Amino acid sequence: MEPIIRTEKLNHVYSAGTPFEHAALVDVDLCAYPGEYLGIIGHTGSGKSTLIQHLNGLLKPTSGRVMVEGTDIWSSKEATRQARFRVGLVFQYPEYQLFEETVYKDISFGPKNMGLDEHEIDRRVRSAAAFVGLSDAALDASPFELSGGQKRRVAIAGVIAMEPAVLILDEPTAGLDPVGVEQILGNIRDYHRAKNATVIIVSHSMEEMARTAQRLVVVNEGRIPLQGTPTEVFSHADELEKMGLGVPRMTRVFRRLRELGADVDPSVYTVDQAKQAVLNALKRKGVV
Amino acid sequence: MALKDITLGQFFPGKTLLHRLDPRAKILLLICYIVALFTAKNLAAYALAFGFLAVAVVISRVGLKALLRGMKPVVFIVIFTALLNILYTTGQGEPLVAFWVVRIYWEGLRTAFFMVIRILMLISCTFLLTYTTSPILLTDALESLLGPLKKLRVPVHELAMMMSIALRFIPTLIEETDKIMSAQKARGADFESGNLVQKAKALIPLLVPLFVSAFRRADELATAMECRCYHGGEGRTRMRQLRYQLRDYLALAVGLALCTAVWLLNSLGVF
Ligand SMILES: Nc1ncnc2c1ncn2[C@@H]1O[C@H](COP(=O)(O)OP(=O)(O)OP(=O)(O)O)[C@@H](O)[C@H]1O
Ligand SMILES: [Mg+2]
Repeated sequence: MEPIIRTEKLNHVYSAGTPFEHAALVDVDLCAYPGEYLGIIGHTGSGKSTLIQHLNGLLKPTSGRVMVEGTDIWSSKEATRQARFRVGLVFQYPEYQLFEETVYKDISFGPKNMGLDEHEIDRRVRSAAAFVGLSDAALDASPFELSGGQKRRVAIAGVIAMEPAVLILDEPTAGLDPVGVEQILGNIRDYHRAKNATVIIVSHSMEEMARTAQRLVVVNEGRIPLQGTPTEVFSHADELEKMGLGVPRMTRVFRRLRELGADVDPSVYTVDQAKQAVLNALKRKGVV
Repeated sequence: MALKDITLGQFFPGKTLLHRLDPRAKILLLICYIVALFTAKNLAAYALAFGFLAVAVVISRVGLKALLRGMKPVVFIVIFTALLNILYTTGQGEPLVAFWVVRIYWEGLRTAFFMVIRILMLISCTFLLTYTTSPILLTDALESLLGPLKKLRVPVHELAMMMSIALRFIPTLIEETDKIMSAQKARGADFESGNLVQKAKALIPLLVPLFVSAFRRADELATAMECRCYHGGEGRTRMRQLRYQLRDYLALAVGLALCTAVWLLNSLGVF
């Protein structure tokens, strides 16, 4: 399948030519395919945020290319502009970017910048608000009166309203309570399903990623040392540990069981898989 | 270019002699240097001042590139000053160039040349101070040097505290501006094109969140300071004590020697 986003030998150096010079990305080749749910994981400072800001042209590569739907996004001004709209990016702590008097106006900022007509803007704002579970009453409230979790949802709706083909979210669940985390992840999954959009999520949380992502990309010191399905990635537990990343709790338990001599499959990462693995092991023993 | 790249009296950490000097000694040395620079009257005196600066730059290991980058914003002022001096200084003798209303005299060129040199050296030496001294140490030093003014009821401590806080938060605010700008650009905001009115309007999505977050930070900081029992400068002791050492006295001696040398060279009257 043709990737919807592809980077070729992407390099980014911050503060080039000063004592603070820092190579944040080194020869990164990343692909994202249409309709997939891709997770990017990596330790703090590994370069995740830097990487995703290249995908919609917010940062210009020091060298290398970024292709969105087959076009180099830096080939022309118009290509860069289109990339901004085709690839929606929700920043870390996006609630700090709200500025309008009402939630409705804030969500419509993106669609307005796209130059859509009044009617289409209204449709998009309402559908985006529905995706993140904001009621019509909330649309008339001031964004500054909402709770942290609600603000976060308004901010996400602001990007969803542009109906991007690729939705990228930088740690969308950071600092939320477990219920808030579930709701946001649910909202994102709904958007993924309904629009058949590509979703890229950046996260620290192995648990969360194990549950939601179809494919994982591991970023470490500006490079991509591992990528593949969660099962494949989590089978490299030792390497992940070395990068300061853990494996999901369930994987850890089963690896330990295996070390203790139990005949179980150590590559599980969800509770359901764990249950299945235990049942399989028992079956092999002839207990069940 | 990221906003962060703007050098704003930026500190380059290091361990050179210039970095380790007491910040008060550095400020006094800077004052001596500026006095020397402004009293210099002839080429020999300027050459001495230049040599002094060159040695300091070499010792500090702040690359020439970084120093020159700091000059960029003043290039216009320097050129403007030079032109004014060239065009408006009248000398005795014949003008070197004379056409239409323009008369350029030898004295004008000479004044312009010295003026430019003086401005550039002035900026360089000030940058050298901020490049080699952390802003926090700098404010500590100012507070200490201005200490005697407390007797005149000048709120020196409060001013120094305000300055430290401002210095501390400038990079934070710049970073924040960068971040909000990126976030709004991701939603298609355009900060570059359009006429003046459109550009000003485009700033609203940037300024509103920036102010909101600045106020939030100020609030949080005030609470945090109160939680640690901050109640003004009265009876407050410091973790970093500033103490003069031999090298600081030597630096001051060098500064005074420089002023004296310039004064002597002036009386020589070369060029
Ligand atoms: N504007 C900048 N100027 C200079 N260096 C930067 C800048 N932004 C990031 N860096 C550096 O680049 C590296 C990668 O940063 P990045 O923000 O991409 O990390 P991250 O993986 O997103 O981390 P986190 O999980 O903490 O968000 C870090 O070492 C960081 O210090
Ligand atoms: Mg990040």
